[in-house]
Amino acid sequence: MKKKVLSALLCVLVLLTVAAASGCGGKSAVLNVYNWGVYIAPGVIKQFKKETGIKVNYTTYDSNEALYSKISSGAASYDVIVPSDYMISRMIEEDMLAELNFDNIPNFQYIGDSYKSLEYDSENKYSVPYTWGNTVIFYDKTKVDAEDIAEQSIDLLWNKKYSGQILMFDNPRDAFGLALKKLGYSMNTTNKSEWEAAAAELKAQKPLVQAYVMDQIYDKMISGEALIAPYYAGDLLVMQADNPNIECYIPKEGANLFADAMCVLKTSTHKAEAEMFINFMCRTDIAVKNAEEIGYATPQMEARSLLDPSITSNRSIYPPDEDLVNAEIFINLPPDITRLQSSLWTDIKKD
Amino acid sequence: MNSGGVGKRLTIAPYTLWMSVFVVVPIALVIYYAFTDGHGRLTLENMKSIADYGKTFFMSIKLALFSTAICLLAAYPVAYGISRFEARRQQTTIMLVMLPMWMNFLIRTYAWMTILEGNGLINRLVRAFGGEGFSIINTNGAVVLGMVYNFLPYMILPIYTVLTKIDKSTIEAAQDLGANKASIFRRVLLPMSVPGIISGITMVFVPAVSTFVISKLLGGGKTFLIGDIIENYFLGNTGSVDYNIGAALSLVLMALILISTTVMNHFDKDMGEGGGGIVG
Repeated sequence: MKKKVLSALLCVLVLLTVAAASGCGGKSAVLNVYNWGVYIAPGVIKQFKKETGIKVNYTTYDSNEALYSKISSGAASYDVIVPSDYMISRMIEEDMLAELNFDNIPNFQYIGDSYKSLEYDSENKYSVPYTWGNTVIFYDKTKVDAEDIAEQSIDLLWNKKYSGQILMFDNPRDAFGLALKKLGYSMNTTNKSEWEAAAAELKAQKPLVQAYVMDQIYDKMISGEALIAPYYAGDLLVMQADNPNIECYIPKEGANLFADAMCVLKTSTHKAEAEMFINFMCRTDIAVKNAEEIGYATPQMEARSLLDPSITSNRSIYPPDEDLVNAEIFINLPPDITRLQSSLWTDIKKD
Repeated sequence: MNSGGVGKRLTIAPYTLWMSVFVVVPIALVIYYAFTDGHGRLTLENMKSIADYGKTFFMSIKLALFSTAICLLAAYPVAYGISRFEARRQQTTIMLVMLPMWMNFLIRTYAWMTILEGNGLINRLVRAFGGEGFSIINTNGAVVLGMVYNFLPYMILPIYTVLTKIDKSTIEAAQDLGANKASIFRRVLLPMSVPGIISGITMVFVPAVSTFVISKLLGGGKTFLIGDIIENYFLGNTGSVDYNIGAALSLVLMALILISTTVMNHFDKDMGEGGGGIVG
């Protein structure tokens, strides 16, 4: 909810910015940027326009699937988009992304080497990492017993003691990811019987689940309505601001690691300007502003060193490597597994 | 006369255009997707897979029927009461009935979520007075409550409209002929308000059977209705976007609604005496 209110405010702000910018006239190009909601610091777009004279038409989405269906339907044309890892590999496979000219993106040098050339874009030809994060399990430290979190396990989400006070992801990829990891399988497995076993786990969990939610998690955790919920580490500070009792841990069985990276669509008619924008977003002062605003980890190393140490020392948001030994990045599932996942999820939800 | 015909046709032209662009074309697309596969080839597979969702259809219809029945029972006395008021008070009360609709449906439903929660407004109040508190959020009961709350005005308004049109002298005549209150209601008022009741039932049942927001917010994502499944297939929330199955489900839902409306309309013709309802 908070996120929604914020994104509404941000939209207004951006609209105002765009309106103000459009008043200035001139024949400069208009760049269409399509990003996640609440995923940029206010004023950044304006500054880009001021420095380059390029107008930005900024719009937002709330899921990779929404982004994909908007683009593949051809209903709108965008230049810069910020999909997550598995969606990037799908878009590369479907030939939707343009190869970037890194000569135009010198600030790419500030991106940490461990964030480059990852599985979803193995030669790093199409994407520039923007944020980085992992899933965690949030809990209310005053109401969840210390012994139950001592294990730092996914099992907390299946603990009968907290029946009716557990929230669960309302999207299959994340929900199945947890169940697969609980069983010791890979989140990217293509073994159908492993998917079915995970579905059985999720079915067994259903009676304990208070609600399947996405954004409503903020309200429900902050008000104390629910005590336990899996979500994205980057949201910790936002939640703690309203309820200091909320803590989180990275499950030992393995979390989902995700990267959201900036890409340029093949259909873009302003590729050079798009690369200019990406370069701008990677500039240290801008990366610092964005990282402070959105709370997710930044892969821009120089910006990271300038952030408040209280943020970068947070083990859940900037985890040390040893916490991520079992973590996995989603890769795009083959179509038959995607279909299986979809029908298993519908089964779980409808029964 | 001829020019009148042209004038008439001209005045309805914008409406015809609107209907064809925003009703006929979308329905044609739904039918197209329902009977083709991802590559545009004709297939009956989508329609066959509907069988898997029988339970969900049943659940959606059950909850919608429940809500419609509650709405009817709650709305009739209210509509009757309002129709007996003097004219100015009628206007004010009807405005009060419609007042909540000035605010967005989504926000009102969201508000119910926080009202009904375990630590919500009602429970905090109950506990402040030493009560036990109760749990209704994230159950079918909460979904029905949400439906009744949101759609009740659609039941009150048509019944009220019909009742105000009943000539008072009809009731007086019944009284003169020795009918008591119960038989006036049963043999005069009720039959004469059938058109309004039918409209009300249609206007409540149709949105209730196809809703997906209420079940998501108040059912906690655990009450999965047919609307939720359709939404998921179109937005790809289940991981894969599948317009074809989504369209097939929509088509079946539309057919169900069409059948129930037709049945209701027959009922209307058999029982009712003249129109008066908002939806025919």
